[in-house]
Formats: sequence, C-alpha cells, structure tokens
Amino acid sequence: MSTATHDTTHGHADDVAHGHDDHAHAHKPYGMMRWLGSTNHKDIGTMYLWFSFTMFMVGGVMAMLIRAELFQPGLQILTPEKFNSMTTYHGLIMVFGAIMPAFVGFANWLIPMQIGAPDMAFPRMNNLSFWLLPPAAALLIAAQFVPGGGAGVGWTMYAPLTTQAGPAMDLTIFAVHILGMSSIMGSINIITTILNMRAPGMGLMKMPLFCWTWLITAYLLVASMPVLAGAVTMTLTDRHFGTSFFNAAGGGDPVLYQHIFWFFGHPEVYIIAIPAFGVISQVIPAFSRKPLFGYASMVYATASIAILSFLVWGHHMYTTGMPVETQLYFMYATTVIAVPTGVKVFNWVATMWKGSLSFETPMLFALGFLFLFSLGGFTGLHSGNVPVDVQLQDTYYVVAHFHYVMVAGALFSAFAGIYFWLPKWTGRMYNETLGKWHFWLSLIFFNVAFFVQHFLGLAGMPRRVPDYALQFAEFNAISSIGAFGFGLSQLLFLYVVVKCITSGEKALDKQWEGADSLEWTHLPSPPPYHSFVTPPVLK
Amino acid sequence: MLLMVPAVAFAEYKLNLQTPNTALGHTIFELHTVITWICVVIFIIVFGFMFYAVFAHRKSVGHKAAHFHEHFWVEVGWTIVPCIILVAMAWPATKALIQLRDTSEPDLTIKATGYQWKWGYDYIKGEGEGISFFATLATPRAQIEGTEKKGEHYLLETDVNVVVPVGKKVRVLVTAADVIHAWWVPALAVKQDAVPGFIRDTWFKATEPGIFRGQCAELCGKDHGFMPIVVEVKSAADYSAWVASQKANMKKAAVADAPDKTWTLDELKTRGEKVYGANCVACHQPNGMGTPPAFPPLSGSKIATGPKGDHLARVLNGKPNTAMASFQHLSDADIAAVITYERNSWANKTGDMVTPAEVKAARGGSQTGATAAEPAAAAPVAK
Repeated sequence: MSTATHDTTHGHADDVAHGHDDHAHAHKPYGMMRWLGSTNHKDIGTMYLWFSFTMFMVGGVMAMLIRAELFQPGLQILTPEKFNSMTTYHGLIMVFGAIMPAFVGFANWLIPMQIGAPDMAFPRMNNLSFWLLPPAAALLIAAQFVPGGGAGVGWTMYAPLTTQAGPAMDLTIFAVHILGMSSIMGSINIITTILNMRAPGMGLMKMPLFCWTWLITAYLLVASMPVLAGAVTMTLTDRHFGTSFFNAAGGGDPVLYQHIFWFFGHPEVYIIAIPAFGVISQVIPAFSRKPLFGYASMVYATASIAILSFLVWGHHMYTTGMPVETQLYFMYATTVIAVPTGVKVFNWVATMWKGSLSFETPMLFALGFLFLFSLGGFTGLHSGNVPVDVQLQDTYYVVAHFHYVMVAGALFSAFAGIYFWLPKWTGRMYNETLGKWHFWLSLIFFNVAFFVQHFLGLAGMPRRVPDYALQFAEFNAISSIGAFGFGLSQLLFLYVVVKCITSGEKALDKQWEGADSLEWTHLPSPPPYHSFVTPPVLK
Repeated sequence: MLLMVPAVAFAEYKLNLQTPNTALGHTIFELHTVITWICVVIFIIVFGFMFYAVFAHRKSVGHKAAHFHEHFWVEVGWTIVPCIILVAMAWPATKALIQLRDTSEPDLTIKATGYQWKWGYDYIKGEGEGISFFATLATPRAQIEGTEKKGEHYLLETDVNVVVPVGKKVRVLVTAADVIHAWWVPALAVKQDAVPGFIRDTWFKATEPGIFRGQCAELCGKDHGFMPIVVEVKSAADYSAWVASQKANMKKAAVADAPDKTWTLDELKTRGEKVYGANCVACHQPNGMGTPPAFPPLSGSKIATGPKGDHLARVLNGKPNTAMASFQHLSDADIAAVITYERNSWANKTGDMVTPAEVKAARGGSQTGATAAEPAAAAPVAK
C-alpha cells in the first residue's frame, strides 16, 4: 500500500535496509526547486525547523527589547506604543511562528518513519502548508513598518481596542488567517497519514506515543483554528464594514470576542503542549532503557486533556463579569484537567523509576521539562482558583505561568527532540559537552528570568506595561538579566546544530541504546531520501 | 495557622500578595497559601521520587533496568488521590467566590468609569452621593523620562483620590467609555473588568483606614500602565468631613461655571490650557504637534483652524475606529475652554472663542446624551 509519489519508472524500489538515495532515485531534486517544490516529508520537516528557529530569533529580539525597557523604571528606549507592539508580536511570532512550526517539523520528519510509511498522505498539500508560513511571517514583520507601527493590542487582540488600531491590525489579521490555513491543512495531512498509512502490524495502540499526540493535536487544530479565524474576521468587519459584533453601541458585546478567542485559545495551549508531551514520551523511555509506563493510560490521558480543553475557556475571563455559577463551572472544569496531566507526570517518573538511566543532552532537557512544566502546572492551579485569580489575572504571575509551561515546557521539549533526533536526521552526532552547556545555561537563565516574575505578580505588577512602580524594580532588573542570558544561550544552540550538520562525528543507525521506534530500529542514519517505500514487516 | 506566619512575613519582602485590608482579602490570602503548601508537598513527593531515581537508578552505577510498565492499583491511587485533593481545594474556593460576588445591601455605591487613560468616579448612592470627579496620573512626565528623580509613589499617585469610609460595604459599579479596562486594588482584593456599554460590579469593606494603590489591569492602549487608582479609606468622621468639603467645592465650581456667565477669551484660554494638560497632551503633545500618523498635530490642523462646528463635533464625538475618543464627559465649560485654547495656541491664531452655551447647544441640549452623530459608546446599560 505504498503511496509514494516519486517517479516509479526507474524500477528501483527503495530498499529499506540499504538506503541508497541517489542511486535509487536518479532524479532527486536539487537546487532551489528541491526546496520550493518539495513533496518530501524530510525536506519539508527540515524547512519547518529552520523557519521555526528563524522566527524564534525574531521573537527573541523582541523579547530582548521588552526586557531592556523593563530593566529599570522609567521609559528609556521604547515609546509605550512601540512597547505594546513588541509584546503583541513577540507573542504572535513565538506562538504561531516558532513553537507551533517546530512541532510540525517534528511531525513531518517522524510520523512517516515511525509508522512505516513512505511519506505523508498528501505530499503536495504538505508543501503548501509549509510555504504559506514565510509570507505570513513577512506580514507580521511588515506590520511593524506601516503607518502607526505594529498594533499594540496584545497577542490576544481583544476588542474593542483592536477597532482603534491602525493598518498593522489588518496585516496581522491576514497573517493569522494564513497561519490558520497552514495548520488546518497540515492537520488534515497528519490525521489521514496516521489513520491510513500505518504499516501492517502497526496497530493504533502499538504506534509510538509521539504519533498519538500528533493525531490528537491535529483534531484540536481542525476544531479550533476556524474559530480563531471567525474571531479575527469579525474584528476585521467591525473595523471596516460597519458591523458591531464587539461594539455595544451597535448592539454587540466586547466580551463576545473573548469567548470566541478563548474557545480557540485554550485548545491552542494544548496544541502546543501535547506534541511536547509526545516528544518527552519518546525521550524518557529511551534514556531509561525501559518501556514507557502506562502507554494506554497515556493515550487516554492525552485524549481526555484534549476533550476537556474545549470546556474550560472561561478561566481566561474570570474577571469579565460572568455570573457566579459560570465562574464556578469553569473553575471545577479547569481543576479536572489537573488529573490527567498529573497522571502523565507520574507515568514519566514511573518510567524512570528502576530504569537504567543516562543523562545525555536530550534526557537533560526532558528532565528539565518534567520539573519546570510541573511548576508551571502548579501556578496554573493557583490561577484556576477564581478568588485567588482575582488577584493574579492580568499580572506578571500569569506571564510567569505561561512562560514556564511554554518555554520550560514546550521549548525544552523541542530542544530534547532536536538533540535526540539530530543524529538520525543528519547522520552526525552533536557535541555532547556543548549540548550540556546549552542545557545548563538555558535552565539557569530561564529560572532567573521567570521565577521572580511570580513575585512581581503577587506584589501587584500588572502585565503589558512599559513602566512600573519602584517596589518592582529589583525583580524586574533580575528578570531582565536572566532574559538576556537566556537569549544569548540560544546562540550556542545554533552553533551546536550547525557544527553538527557540517562536521559532526558519524552517528550510529541506533544512536541511542534504549530507543525502540522504527526510525531507530529499521532505518540508517541518515535515512534514505525515500524510506519505507515498501512497508516494513512488523511482528 | 502557623503556616501563615512565613507567608505574611514574605509579604514584607514582596514575595507574596500584598497585606490585605479586607476580610475577604484575608480569605483569599489564606486560600493562596493553602494551595501553595499543597503544591509544595506534591512537588516534594513527586520530585523526590524523580531525583532518587536520577541518583540511584543510573546506568553508570550499574543499575539494571526493570521491565514493568503498568501497575493497576498504583495508577488508580494516583488518579483518585489528586481528585480528592482538588475537591478539597474547590470547597473553600466556592465559599469565597460566592461571598465575593455578593454585592447586595451596600452602604455606599460608587461608579468607576475607565477612560483612555484615566478613571472617572461618580458617587451614586449613600453618603456623598452626587460627588463626581476624574482621577488622573499625577506623576510628572519628567520623572517618567528620567530627568527628575522618581517620587516614592511613582506611577501610583493620582491628582484626586477615591475616598471611602472604613468598615462600610462599598459597592463599585465598573464600566468604561471606550475600550475594556479593569479596576484593580490588590490590598482591597478587588479586580473587575470595565467593559464599554455594560455595567459590572464588585464590592469591598475596608477594615483599616489608609491609602491603597492599584492599577488598570486590562490592556487599553498606549497609557495602560499610566492610569492608577488610589483609594483613601477614612474614619467615619473624616469621611463625612471630606464629603462636606467636596460638596462645597462643587458648589463653587458650579457658580464659577454658571451657564449664564460671560467669559473672556483669555479666561477660556487659561482654563483650556489646564484641560488640555489633563486630557489631550498624552497624544497631541504639549506643543500641539502630536505623533503622526497615529496622533495627528493640532497646530495648523484643518479642524482646529476651520469651522468651529467641526472642531466641536470632533471633541464631542471623537473619531470612530481611531484612538480619538469622545470627550462628552467633560463639562461644557471645560470643552469650551480647551477648544478655545487649541484654536488660539501654537500656530493657530483664529481669534475664535467657543462658549459653554455653544457647547451645550452642540450636544443637542442634554449634558451627557449622545449627539446625532455616531456615539463612541452607548450610555451604560443596567445589569
């Protein structure tokens, strides 16, 4: 049931065990068209990862500007409008341009190999899904340079503030639409691939958990991205076409925007977190030399989290004035999500328990994830409690919470995955000492930057402000130093990756003793340009 | 209770919530402490196991991997126990929340309206009703720009404070005139979003007199960080004295701004300069040059040098879909003054004068009613 789309008139099927890419496929593309016209899941995965890293740097520069302004009280380098624009685009670029494409890059590279398929179900649509991203990114960057500068509305783009914003808002809305289309098409591809193209013997409950997490995430994307598109389209028509969806004077309600946005927004954070969980579920068993504890309950827990994620959006809106019964419902529903999430954390620890552990860089990042994502989960528990949230909502406590789960959580998981799979993708090993340096520097500077922000929020510092009262000065200075250090440490990561690709030592086919998915057991490092053209035989 | 001691001490080091000045605030403080301790215990247990494994179950010390990958009763246990803990946390939270939302039978009702970028207060019912004022950030621009040393209450001081009596239940109606804001005073444990076109409410009952400072807590544009709230809690006697002096001042202002008073251009210009400084300078700048294109210049502008009617309409109605909000909430005298100032300052030398009577006529007769042109926001709707 090979659905490979490469030209089969050469008469060579790619042999799983040999992997002679240029020999088996004489017309392997080269030059610019190899990338622009690629229908190869490996090349497309590579492009997603490089795009994501570029956006990480762009969003990172914005973060450095934000923390530079906040280093001391007073306004030094940014006007308040520019500051608001930086916070807005830092958020949009990191969420939609960096972290989401990174995990799509992993999906593209790994899903076909892990299920024994030759490529994704729709390779041409795969190409379009990627190539929509650079224009969308260009729009977000261009928005900084139109009259009025970038829209200073927050990544959440609440109405009716967005009605007042300048032309940058329209560019941003357009970019969000394009990003959504890319994600939806990618999700259709992933679902179809996983449901239809698994090799014989690869039952759903046998495939690597990473594939399960992407299957579930893809459904979340398909269900939630159109809702975001609706919200920003209504914003567009309120701005230009005389509608009043979010304007009380015309019969509408500003809070309606928040309901629609967060109905997308809460599943969105799980769209980011669940693939991260998937990567961790591959890395920890490999370095524990022990199977993942409770595979089935991990699947059920992930599916529960995904379903529950649609039922809790109101916890982002506790102070908008909803009736007390609604607040109570959202509080109870939100605390329920803690149960399957806890189960997952316990399962990862139980995987390590009585294993035979080693601590190469991927495992270090996975442990960092486990520790710090859980911390972020705890502050989520505080924020989910309505009376307590009255004090925490819209403060730096929330900023700390989501940076713990998204940076120390999702980003560290992405780092773990990159160090884990670089040997497979490139056939070369990264420098283990430098990798460890990257880990320790990132871990320490991340905590210096963000742990103190919990205290800032508790002490009363609101978020999205370019300046602050004097009692917040010390912790802001500490946070800024941590942020600068964290940013610089990522340059070390770039060096490690480039050095690996260009001159790393040759990697083994099964580089990691405890790794057991198909890409490690059945494919060489690097794998052939087309792998599993005939499906592997699985017991 | 013993566990609260370090928590309260931390408040001094700004590691915890501010010391609460309401009973409900204390409840919230304790709730936060309890949740934190529960998290600490779970953390120690879970990561105790993880760090033990990191040290004892390493390949490098020769530990061989076991092969188990499930354990029914352990898994049931670690599913059920968290459920119990969560229910235990939800119970006190439910009680606190129901209290928090009960705004019935207040002693005093004050309406707080969020504007870009200041708060307006109207004492609606109870001792002091009829008092009405705006409270704008009082920190001088020079301190923000760093040419002057920052004062003790930098960014947390207003020209007028919200004064309330101690020990009385104060219901705060919260709304907005333009975009969403939020009224937040941490020490009084109140935060409520201010949604334009809708009225929300919250309440507090201060236990001690004192001054308590808060900030806007919802992104509302460029000066979101520069619209603080200062609540001054006074003893009953002091509060009554304050009410009396406020009423006296309002009488004087009413006399000064009597509708039939004849104004000179200079009087209006002088007053207008103050109104400009309190309302327009953030966007249009002291020199009237604005920061184009977002905030256009007034000096040499078509509207400020063209027909008076257009200028009046722009100030009264704002410009929809831009940051220029309606300023109909200012008094007739203030609007007359600021327009006269703008038309006779910088490069503008129209020699025009706009009187309060002309402003009143331009409104269509009523002080706060929306004019025939597009209103920026409807009058607030009762809940």
